[in-house]
Amino acid sequence: MTGDIYTFKILRYDSSTPEKKPEFQLYRIRVIPGLTVLTVLNRIRDEIDGTLAFRASCRSAVCGSCAMVINGKIDLACRTQVASFGTREIILEPLPNLEVIKDLVVDMTPFWNMYEKVRPYLVRKSPDPEKEIYQSEEDRKEIDQFVNCILCASCYGACPVLSRDPDYLGPAALVKLERFISDSRDERPMKELEAVNNDKGVWGCDTVLRCIDACPKEVRPTDSIVSLRKKLVKYKLFGKGKA
Amino acid sequence: MLYHDVLIVGGGLAGLRAAVGLCDKYNVGLISKVHPIRSHSIAAQGGINAALANNPDAKDDTPDKHTFDTVKGSDYLADQHAAEIMCYEAPKIVYEMEHWGCPFSRFPDGSIAQRPFGGAGYPRTCYSSDITGHVLLNTLFERSVARGVRIYPEFVVAALVVKDGQCHGVVAIDQIKGQLVPISARATLFATGGYGRTYYYSTNALTNTGSGIGIAYKAGVPLKDMEFVQFHPTSIIGTNILMTEGARGEGGYLVNKNGERFMERYAPKAMELAPRDIVSRSITTEIEEGRGFESELGRYVHLDIRHLGREKILERLPGIRNICLDFLGIDPILEPIPIMPAQHYSMGGIDTNEKSETEVKGFYAAGECACVSVHGANRLGGNSLLDTIVFGKLGAIAIDQYLQKTNGKPDSLEVDKAKKVVEEKVKKLERSTGEKSFRILDDLRKTMSTYVGIFRTKEELQEGLNKIIELEERARNVSITSSNLFMNYEVVGALELEYMLDICHIITLGALLREESRGAHWRRDFPQRNDTDWLKHTMAKIGDDGKPTIYYKDVVVTKYPPMERKY
Repeated sequence: MTGDIYTFKILRYDSSTPEKKPEFQLYRIRVIPGLTVLTVLNRIRDEIDGTLAFRASCRSAVCGSCAMVINGKIDLACRTQVASFGTREIILEPLPNLEVIKDLVVDMTPFWNMYEKVRPYLVRKSPDPEKEIYQSEEDRKEIDQFVNCILCASCYGACPVLSRDPDYLGPAALVKLERFISDSRDERPMKELEAVNNDKGVWGCDTVLRCIDACPKEVRPTDSIVSLRKKLVKYKLFGKGKA
Repeated sequence: MLYHDVLIVGGGLAGLRAAVGLCDKYNVGLISKVHPIRSHSIAAQGGINAALANNPDAKDDTPDKHTFDTVKGSDYLADQHAAEIMCYEAPKIVYEMEHWGCPFSRFPDGSIAQRPFGGAGYPRTCYSSDITGHVLLNTLFERSVARGVRIYPEFVVAALVVKDGQCHGVVAIDQIKGQLVPISARATLFATGGYGRTYYYSTNALTNTGSGIGIAYKAGVPLKDMEFVQFHPTSIIGTNILMTEGARGEGGYLVNKNGERFMERYAPKAMELAPRDIVSRSITTEIEEGRGFESELGRYVHLDIRHLGREKILERLPGIRNICLDFLGIDPILEPIPIMPAQHYSMGGIDTNEKSETEVKGFYAAGECACVSVHGANRLGGNSLLDTIVFGKLGAIAIDQYLQKTNGKPDSLEVDKAKKVVEEKVKKLERSTGEKSFRILDDLRKTMSTYVGIFRTKEELQEGLNKIIELEERARNVSITSSNLFMNYEVVGALELEYMLDICHIITLGALLREESRGAHWRRDFPQRNDTDWLKHTMAKIGDDGKPTIYYKDVVVTKYPPMERKY
């Protein structure tokens, strides 16, 4: 078998035995060129240690299950090539800013709570037409960037504001709000923006762009926050904006 | 014990649509082995079919034409009344999804954009660039949040509780609490997905083990047409990640190593947009006859989209470009994509009718785990997303009607008994000696891809079946590190292996018995379709000895008499 021996250092922790502190466990495994971090994780669990916990599903960077810290950088394990680091040591840690349930599995509950807070769905007052609600190609393009979000929480893990203020809505929820507010079909009242007109909302962001760096889908969450701020200022100054 | 009026198992499109359809009126619970947004529906790329007639080239498209294409695509194995219902529902559910916020791509007039897809007489595939599954699943999940559907993420179903033809609920593993949870319900709907991961080469998510189908089978529910397994023509070599049919819909070519657009030999009219079974066989033939490329990752042909140009690729196919960059290190704007056929879709599944009902009272199934059958021997691209939402919706309506006319309560003692059985089973797995389940699974998946693939023969199928029976023996001796259920993926894998073996056994047996070629089931030793003997569904039910009993059921033919299938 060709390939090089790699050392995977994985941070292990079990919240059902909290008295045991997190510690790195070393796995040595032969890796052929072209393998992803997720493929190796699956092999470690199958062949070496059946107790290792991590989430995975689509293995093609669309389902958002496997965000983690890989050699210090947040990314999806499924789309990260083992050989891309130029080192034979790969260090894996769970996503920051969320409690660890076991090993690389974090409790996503706070992430989803924030998501639910922004009314993450199309709000309509007009009755539905018989056919589709018409939307121009330009209007559809407005939301393209934000529609791409796969809710993997990479941005949530990377956000320095969330690390000091767990009540901050966080990048993903604000992306979702912007995705709907700027959808030409959405009819939520502009005053709904008041709910994020504070330092738990759009003014909480440090604009240090860590979320942009961490996002595997080029969603650029900061863009949505900046856009929401502009909308708010416009609304406060002129009392208008798209209803 | 948990109780819900209605329990939905599976949080993909079918499960969420059913839940949304019932939650205003009933106490609905939805369990899912991953968070719903991680379900495999998310990975669908190309689109969803509906005869909206939005495309300037499709002004006279109708649901009847959609039905005809579906029936012809199915190689006449689809039940025609069911296909018709689905195609008539299609515009309604596409508009409904749009009203709920689904961000479809648009035509210049602001209507939902539609692109051509394989086996369709008109460009009727509605899409959102190449992330249609992603936008639909997000939309339905958003709707479930708006309606307050009770969701239990990371609950893995371990048993279906059926007694005397009546369903009483399920037993599930709560992975986060590390407990077995008995859940009783007046009605249970499975929307647990397909069995793609029983194959070595598959485009499917790691979670698509087909265990839901196996669990229903073990509880005595019949399965239908399991030997019909779709192989998608274009998956990238190495990882077998899907390259959407939309790539060919937008004008992509399939090219062999001599630079020929070889589809001319096999489907001179439809070319690259022939149905998937035909294109997959054509690619395999090219490769077998030495006109493919060779590499360490396997043999392949090219999917070439370079002539579409940078702008169109970035606008219509950005997702597949990113997949090529991430997983192959090539840019399809500049280079052709190395592709091979791989398992993609399960036409077979739990035997249901056009209302998502099964033979068991109070038990329903919808989406890829079910077989209505609307796809027959070969599903058309763009019809699977449609199937999930339509039969999720119709299942919800049927459950509502059922609950209105019955007031029986589920037998919680039966559910508790089933919990104890699962408990015992898990404990037994924790033996000191034994084999790890992944080794058996690896051999099983290789067996399926080698012996029960695109081209089949009696000898190979028999060989495959013998190997599966050997693997069933080995599986009696599976061992796990720990029976503690807390975030224990190894135990889930070991439990699912049993169901995967059952499924593979039935696929292979059905394929061995079916001495004809129809749709995705191609027998080299019987290369003709034989309507006289085989225009019928293969049914499989567990026998008293635990082995499958095979019998057959008539196909419903209404308006479209079977004819030769040419493209």
